[in-house]
Amino acid sequence: MSEIASLSTGARQRQGSNIGQPMTRRDGVLKVTGQATYAADNNPEGLLHAVVATASISRGRVTHLNVEAARAHPGVVDVMTPQNRPKLAQDPDAKDHPFMFRLDLLQNDRVRYAGQPIAVVIAKTLEAATEGAALLAPTYDAEPAEVGLDGESFVPQVVGPGAPAKAEVGDFDAEYAGSATTLDATYETPAQYHNAMEPHSIVATWDGDSVSIDMPTQGLGMAVGRVAGLFGIPPENIHIRSPFLGGGFGSKGMPAGPQMLGIIAARHVGAPVKLVLSRQQMYGPVGHRGQTRQTVRLGMKDDGHLTAIEHHTLTTTSRFDDFLEPASNVSHTLYAASAIRTTHAGTRIDIGTPMFMRAPGEATGSAALESAVDEAAWKARIDPLDFRLLNYAEVEPISGKPFSSKALRECYAKGADRFGWAKRPLEPRSMRDAGGRLVGWGVGTATFPAIMFQAAARAVIRADGSGLMETGAHDMGQGSWTALHQIAADGLGLSMDETEFRAGSSDLPDAGIAGGSGHTATAGMALHRAGEDVIAKLVELAVNDENSPLYGAGNVGVVARNGRLVRQDDESRGEPYAAILERAGLAEIEGKGSGVPDAGPREKYAMYAHGAVFAEVTVDPELGQMRVTRLVGAFAAGRVINPRMVESQYYGGMIWGIGFALHEEAVHDKRSGRIMNANLAEYHVPVNADVPAMEAILVHEDDPHVNALGIKGVGEIGITGTAGAIANAVWHATGVRVRRFPITLVDVLNGADAG
Amino acid sequence: MNLSLTLTINGEQREIVLDDPRVTLLDLLRERLHLTGAKKGCDRGQCGACTILVDGQRINSCLALAISYDGSAITTIEGLAENGALHPVQQAFIDHDGFQCGFCTPGQIMSAVGLIAEAQADGDAERIREAMSGNICRCGAYQGITEAVLDAQAKISTGKERDAA
Repeated sequence: MSEIASLSTGARQRQGSNIGQPMTRRDGVLKVTGQATYAADNNPEGLLHAVVATASISRGRVTHLNVEAARAHPGVVDVMTPQNRPKLAQDPDAKDHPFMFRLDLLQNDRVRYAGQPIAVVIAKTLEAATEGAALLAPTYDAEPAEVGLDGESFVPQVVGPGAPAKAEVGDFDAEYAGSATTLDATYETPAQYHNAMEPHSIVATWDGDSVSIDMPTQGLGMAVGRVAGLFGIPPENIHIRSPFLGGGFGSKGMPAGPQMLGIIAARHVGAPVKLVLSRQQMYGPVGHRGQTRQTVRLGMKDDGHLTAIEHHTLTTTSRFDDFLEPASNVSHTLYAASAIRTTHAGTRIDIGTPMFMRAPGEATGSAALESAVDEAAWKARIDPLDFRLLNYAEVEPISGKPFSSKALRECYAKGADRFGWAKRPLEPRSMRDAGGRLVGWGVGTATFPAIMFQAAARAVIRADGSGLMETGAHDMGQGSWTALHQIAADGLGLSMDETEFRAGSSDLPDAGIAGGSGHTATAGMALHRAGEDVIAKLVELAVNDENSPLYGAGNVGVVARNGRLVRQDDESRGEPYAAILERAGLAEIEGKGSGVPDAGPREKYAMYAHGAVFAEVTVDPELGQMRVTRLVGAFAAGRVINPRMVESQYYGGMIWGIGFALHEEAVHDKRSGRIMNANLAEYHVPVNADVPAMEAILVHEDDPHVNALGIKGVGEIGITGTAGAIANAVWHATGVRVRRFPITLVDVLNGADAG
Repeated sequence: MNLSLTLTINGEQREIVLDDPRVTLLDLLRERLHLTGAKKGCDRGQCGACTILVDGQRINSCLALAISYDGSAITTIEGLAENGALHPVQQAFIDHDGFQCGFCTPGQIMSAVGLIAEAQADGDAERIREAMSGNICRCGAYQGITEAVLDAQAKISTGKERDAA
C-alpha cells in the first residue's frame, strides 16, 4: 500500500512538437515559492477590509442590526445594509438567461437561507471589520425552514444548465413488465460543498465609472457581463484579473453574491476594498451540489441483458432560483437497453441555490447507476465487469447516434489487468487481508460528455520571429498555463520559450468558461485557429514575394516548422519568419481564431470521454471502519495535451470519488435548517491519509470528430465511476449494500446486523 | 494601544509595532507585512494552508496570535529558496506535480520541510501521508505530494551524508 513511487504510467509518448509532452507546470516556480498571486494577495494603497455578516436563520427577515455598535468600534469606516446600500442598475433577482443566478446583494431584509449576507462592515483593518460584523448582533423574525427532500415536489422544464428534464426511448413500462428479473432501488446523495481551498475573494478599486478587480473566476467574460449589468457601466470600463484560482470546481463559474458586495462596498466607501469569505461563509451563497434521491429500475433477461432502464431523480433547489442536479441523464449513455426513461423532479427548500459542482449530474447519477448495475449483476450472478461488457453500448442508447470514439473496452481491459480483477471471487465477503479485515473489489464505469463552449484567441508573430498568443483563459489547477501554452506554441510552429502566452485577464480575447471539462478543447481550438490564421498570413506574404525561397510555392503547400516556413514537398527550402517580416517591413503580423463546437459532427455523433475505475476497500468487521486501499482508473478522453497534468486531473477526480463515497456530507439541522458542519473539520474531504496508492492509465484514443485537435476533456470524469466502484467494493467486502452516500461505518454495521 | 515585538522573518530581523492585540501571525504576514505566500483557507487550523515554521517547528499561523511570538524566528515560503535556488522540497513538488491550483502549496511545502526536519517518517509513504494530513489539498494532488516528500527526503539525507563525508 505504500509503494507508490514504483508506479509509473504509460502513454507519455511524444505526439507533437509540444503537444503530448509531459512537461512540468510553467507556473510551477511561482506556485512553490509563494509568488503566484491569488486575488486576496493583492494589497493596493489605501485598502480597506470588508467583512460580510451572514444570517443565522434559514428563513424569515432581519428585524434589527446594531449598526451603531459596529460603527462605534475603532477602525470601522462604515456599515452597509439594505438601508444604505448604493443603488444598482439591475435587480439582483433578475434572470435573463439560465447562466445568470439570482444574487443576495442586500436588496431587502428577507432571509432565504442560512449564511445569506445581511450586511457588510468596512474597516481599516481586518480585525476591526471582523469585530464590527460580530457587533451587529442581528435579531430576526424567523419562519419554519425546510431542508429535506420530503416537501412538495414539481416537475422542472429543464435540469442542469438547460438539459431536458425527461427523455425516453422505447416503451419502458412494457419492457420492464416483461423482464425476467427486475431491480428497483433508491439511492440518496447528500448536499456537497465545493470547498475550493481559496475562499471566494475580491479586491475592487473604482476610478470614476471604471472598476479594477482581482477576483478568482472560471469565466472572465461572463463575470464582466454581470458586473456591467449590475453597475450599469460599459464592459470596457471593467478589468478583471484572475491569473490563478485557488480551485473552483464550479463554485467560481458565475460571480458569487459576496464578491459583488465587495465591488458595491468599494463604491460605497470610495476606496479599494478587499472582501474574503470565511470558510463557514462558503456554505450558502457560493453554490453546492444539491441533494438527490434517485430511483433506478432495471429490467433484464435471464442471460443478464438489460432490456429496460429507468432513472428518476428528485433533487433540491432553492426557494428563489433553479439549479437541478441532472443526475438521471447519465443513464442516456452508459448501458444499452431497448427502453430507457429518464425523469427529474425538484423540491424547493431554504438553502442557497445549488450550482455546478465537478461533474454535475454525472457524479451523482453514476454513483446511483453504477451501484444499481452492480446489484443487477449480482442478481444475475454475473461478474460485474462481464455484466457491463454484456450491456456495452455500441451506439448512444438514448439517441441511437454512433460515438465519435469510444475506447471503453480498452479501458476495462487495461484497468482490469492492472488491478488483477480476474482473481475476484464472485461471492461477497470472501476475501480478507492479513489483519483479518474484509476486502472487497468493485468496478464503476466513468463517462463525461465532450463539451465545447466558445472562445477567441489572438496570435502574433513578431519581427524577431518570436510569437505571442493571447486568450483570457483560466487556470484553476488544471494546468492551462502549461497545456494551452503547448497548443499555442505548436500553433505557431515555435518552441514554448519562443512563444509568449498571456491568459487570466479580461482584457484578452474571451476564452469562454473553464467548466464542463471543455476549457482545453475550447480555448485550445481558438489558439490553434489563431495560429493557423497568422501562419496563413505569413505564407501569403512569402509565396507572393519574389525574393523569398518560397515564391510561388502556394500550390505545393507551405508549412511552419521551428520558426521557419518551408515547402511541404522539400522541407530544406524555406526561410525564418523574421526574414519574411523584415522584407515586408512589418513589426509584427496578427491572426485571430475562435474555438466553437462544430455543429455538423455534433449533430451526427455522440461525444463522450469514457473510463473504468477499479477500487479495493478494506472493512474492519467489528468496527465497520472502511479504507480505500487501491484505486486504478483507466480513461480514454481523446488527445492528451500534457500527460502529467492529465494524470493529475484523473487523480484529483478519483479522490473526489473517494470523498463522495465515504466522506462528504453537509448535515442540516432539521429544526433551524442551518448546516451544522460548515467547516473543514466536520465537513470531511479526503486528506492525504485517506488516499491510497493510485494509478491513472491514459488509454490512447484518436477522435477525428470532436474537434481538429481531438481533445475531449479530463477534469470531471475521474469522479464519475469512482464513487460507484467504491460502494460496490464495500458491498463485495461486507455483503452489505448501502444505498446512501456517504457510506458510513454505521450503515455497514447496521446492514450487517440486519443481514 | 501600542504593542511592539521583534521577529526574525526569513532571516531578517523586523521590529513590529501593532495597534491591535487580535492580529494573528497569518494576518500580520499577509495583511501588514504583505508576505502573502502563506494562505488563509479556513482561519481555524483545519486546512493547513497557513503553515509556516516558527523556530523550525511547523505551525498553523492562523491559530497563532502575533504578540505571543515575540523573539521568534519565522520561515515562510518566501524564505525557503536560497539565492534563487529552489529548496529540494520545492523542486520535488514541481517534479512530481504535487499541486494543481497551488493555493495549499505553500502550506504543504512548509509542512513537508517541517516533517522532514522532525525525522518521523523516513522513507515510509504511509507515515508521510499521515503526517501530511493536516494539510488539505482539495484538488487532490496527494499522490504527487507524497511522492515529492519521499523524493525530497531522500535527496536531503543524501546531501547530508555527502556534507558529513
